[in-house]
Amino acid sequence: MSVPVQVVEDVVIKFAGDSGDGMQLTGSQFTNNTALIGNDLSTFPDFPAEIRAPQGTVPGVSGYQLHFSSQRIFTPGDNCDVLVAMNAAALKVNLKTLKKGGIIIVNTDGFDNKNLRLANYPDGINPIEDGSLEGYEVHKIDVTRLTREALKDMQLGTKEKDRAKNMFVLGFLYWLYSRDLTSTFSFLHDKFSKQPDILDSNIKVLQAGYNYGDTVEAFSVRYKVEKAKLPSGNYRSITGNTALSYGLIAASEMSQLPIFLGTYPITPASDILHELARYKNFGIRTFQAEDEIAGISAAIGAAYGGSLGITTTSGPGMALKTEAMGLAMMLEVPLLIINIQRGGPSTGLPTKTEQSDLLQAYYGRNGESPIPIISTSTPSDCFYAAYEAVRIAVQHMTPVILLSDGYIANGAEPWRYPQTADLEPIKVSFKKKLEEGELQFQPYLRDEKLVRPWAVPGEPGLEHRIGGLEKEDITGNISYEAENHQHMVKTRQAKVDKIADYIPLQDLDSGPAEGDVLVLGWGSTYGAVKSAVAELQGKGVKVAHAHLRYMRPFPRNLGEILKSYKRVLIPEINNGQLIKIIRDKYMVDAVGYNKIKGVPITRAELADAITNLL
Amino acid sequence: MSDVAIPPKPALTAKDFATDQEVRWCPGCGDYSILKQVQTILPQTGIPRENIVIISGIGCSSRFPYYMNTYGMHSIHGRATAIASGLKATRPELSVWIVTGDGDGLSIGGNHTIHLLRRNFNVNILLFNNQIYGLTKGQYSPTSEVSKVTKSTPAGSLDHPFNPLALALGADATFIARSMDRDPKHLQQMLLRANGHHGTSLLEIYQNCNIFNDGAFEVFTEKASKPEEALFLEQGQPLLYGANKDKGIHLDGYKPELVNLADGHTAGDLWIHDDQDFFKAQILTRFFDSPATPGHFPRPFGVFYAAQRATYEDQMELQIEEIIATKGRGNLDALLQGRENWTID
Repeated sequence: MSVPVQVVEDVVIKFAGDSGDGMQLTGSQFTNNTALIGNDLSTFPDFPAEIRAPQGTVPGVSGYQLHFSSQRIFTPGDNCDVLVAMNAAALKVNLKTLKKGGIIIVNTDGFDNKNLRLANYPDGINPIEDGSLEGYEVHKIDVTRLTREALKDMQLGTKEKDRAKNMFVLGFLYWLYSRDLTSTFSFLHDKFSKQPDILDSNIKVLQAGYNYGDTVEAFSVRYKVEKAKLPSGNYRSITGNTALSYGLIAASEMSQLPIFLGTYPITPASDILHELARYKNFGIRTFQAEDEIAGISAAIGAAYGGSLGITTTSGPGMALKTEAMGLAMMLEVPLLIINIQRGGPSTGLPTKTEQSDLLQAYYGRNGESPIPIISTSTPSDCFYAAYEAVRIAVQHMTPVILLSDGYIANGAEPWRYPQTADLEPIKVSFKKKLEEGELQFQPYLRDEKLVRPWAVPGEPGLEHRIGGLEKEDITGNISYEAENHQHMVKTRQAKVDKIADYIPLQDLDSGPAEGDVLVLGWGSTYGAVKSAVAELQGKGVKVAHAHLRYMRPFPRNLGEILKSYKRVLIPEINNGQLIKIIRDKYMVDAVGYNKIKGVPITRAELADAITNLL
Repeated sequence: MSDVAIPPKPALTAKDFATDQEVRWCPGCGDYSILKQVQTILPQTGIPRENIVIISGIGCSSRFPYYMNTYGMHSIHGRATAIASGLKATRPELSVWIVTGDGDGLSIGGNHTIHLLRRNFNVNILLFNNQIYGLTKGQYSPTSEVSKVTKSTPAGSLDHPFNPLALALGADATFIARSMDRDPKHLQQMLLRANGHHGTSLLEIYQNCNIFNDGAFEVFTEKASKPEEALFLEQGQPLLYGANKDKGIHLDGYKPELVNLADGHTAGDLWIHDDQDFFKAQILTRFFDSPATPGHFPRPFGVFYAAQRATYEDQMELQIEEIIATKGRGNLDALLQGRENWTID
């Protein structure tokens, strides 16, 4: 009997299990499949800091939330329609995010006495047996037994067989959402090309999961989400860190500057190193240094030599790089410092998201040390933000800080990727020789942008010395002279301020040019702000949304915009950082909405916050 | 078209490497001699001035780049080694010199120093060792002897000092040598040897701080005691020292012994220096007794060890070339497009 297919507009699925259960893989496979059929999507991977936290426990739960739709969407969803719980702990952690009446798919094997005890359920209580899930649509599947059953003819050990459990769930969900298995088949063929047994078992179990849907008759309906009406073009699915890496490669190609990445592994930034290390055929040099300081220092050395010097890190790592960032600012060499922010302070919440390094980026150095700051707001936006950060660094001879965060870094969305021909080349000019009449090279003689020349070793006649000591204007010689120091401090600040003349004006993402409330966002709150604002605009509220890319200097018209609304709301995943800078700079009595829980702000929370201001 | 003979570039002299900046080390500082010897040997190397980069950290020695008419960077404390690594990785054709001190290179920058040595970038490290912190006005350093009385250790320092060359060899350095500020000829030879080595060269230079640690090395540098206390290593030659060259080192298995030629030993019995021998080099670095210890070994000067190992930057180039040869030069449009994509009309 074939099960009828019902078309739905919008679905949020949460895959949750033990951190060894392969939930991230399951989620990302379902995501790729979703992208290929043309749905709009947004994801939120959420995993513990430990590689293998104690099995079966609440801290060991790893989750992957996927929102897909035939409409445009901008967040991974506030609540889930479907919760896949591979064990008792996964149910316990995630039940609160499930919508009333939502579907729960549980692996019954994960609800034995041991798992219930590990999840801290009281003795004798089993939530899938005691009726406490009444009001949800619960489907119990003994995934472990069915997986072993599917592999009963294979020579693998039980442990190896059980590793394919996630494929069963994936296959079943492919059935439930009327999908084709091809994308995962080809993924498995690539991944396990050298392990035919593992490849075979994964494919068998994936197929078994799919067939189970057909045969079990537990579901009276299958679902289908139609293609989203996205702007026409060529699309792919992309995560933030991948898009960021591609942005750097594109900037390198379009500026003809070879990339040198000096870095030290740190969550959640390491994937940029992994990604760039794969593309040595673009002439990329990646250098895994002995520590964070060596990473940035090596990048400074490379930039001094004429490469595109980059260092990647997260909060604690940027703290270690502080002194070297000051040096790069003082030398006035181009450099990219990429901070994929995570929960702080100190080691904080390494795998959780936060926007709490803005003040560190602004003020976290000794002396007067202005460094331009760029932020990125969605996974695919990382491409453009990285590209723009490189442009500013090399055209303004300055280090630039690029702020992303863990939510964007690991989240995925469809991306209408550009062609090389769409990208504006990044013009770089090196000082090659003394001009006629120029008697001596002056390394700190500035142009109309207040930018000094980039002269790299190897050019005869331009030999010069630079350093961290205060330098005399124009010559760059050491100078402790009082007037000169004040002049140089002001000049370095003016140079950064002047970048405002070379960036676009701030635009409104949506809403009226004046009105009751402006929501001023930055970074990864973009999707939630956009969705909440759209919802209220639909109800006739005079609310607008502006989202900052340029955090330092701000676009020249930002002050005007801020003064065009009765109230300004600044939502941030921190204890109020952008708001301090905005209040200081524009004397605007902005109101903050601050959530510091290691997770994104939801659409509903923001809609409430805006409504409260009306 | 007529052939115009291009006149040969006049050879550079030491003066061509001096800058117009006033040298501001204390009068009598050992740094003056080191600066002079570096300016003297660079013209002999034949390296074009524009291809020389001198990178320093922080400390008295680290002012060095300002006085050298080459490219140069006076960076931050301890990081010259790391900055030089990035420069050399991207510009292998440059001649990169790191000027550092016992505080800069072994204390705050110790980590980068050992990692540079194991990676074996082809750079030269000049480690000015004066066994004291000069620029911060006289605190003990990681090479100061135990019980050193300084401003920060009025009751004497407690720390056991580093043995810099043993440390370097422990990090698998491919070239280690020692010289002194007060022996210009020897220092020039060592600078040239260090420059000639393809790989990281660590040259430790005993440098007198006449303000805060005057005379720290005088037993090795002063005429009266130098022959008895300093052992000059020469490739293929026996380890001989003493005013009359009548003392030597005999190797009994792995155990070095001080011998006196007057006691019936001949030069043929002595340890013959071989700077390719890693095990002998390790023993030599351990000739590190305080000259006050009875029966102590003389302190060796010269090239302890010089071995060939692939440099980091050469391997990095090779890896990139090989990958481009197999995969082809990267194509940005293909990268952006990826393997899985779809079109919306």
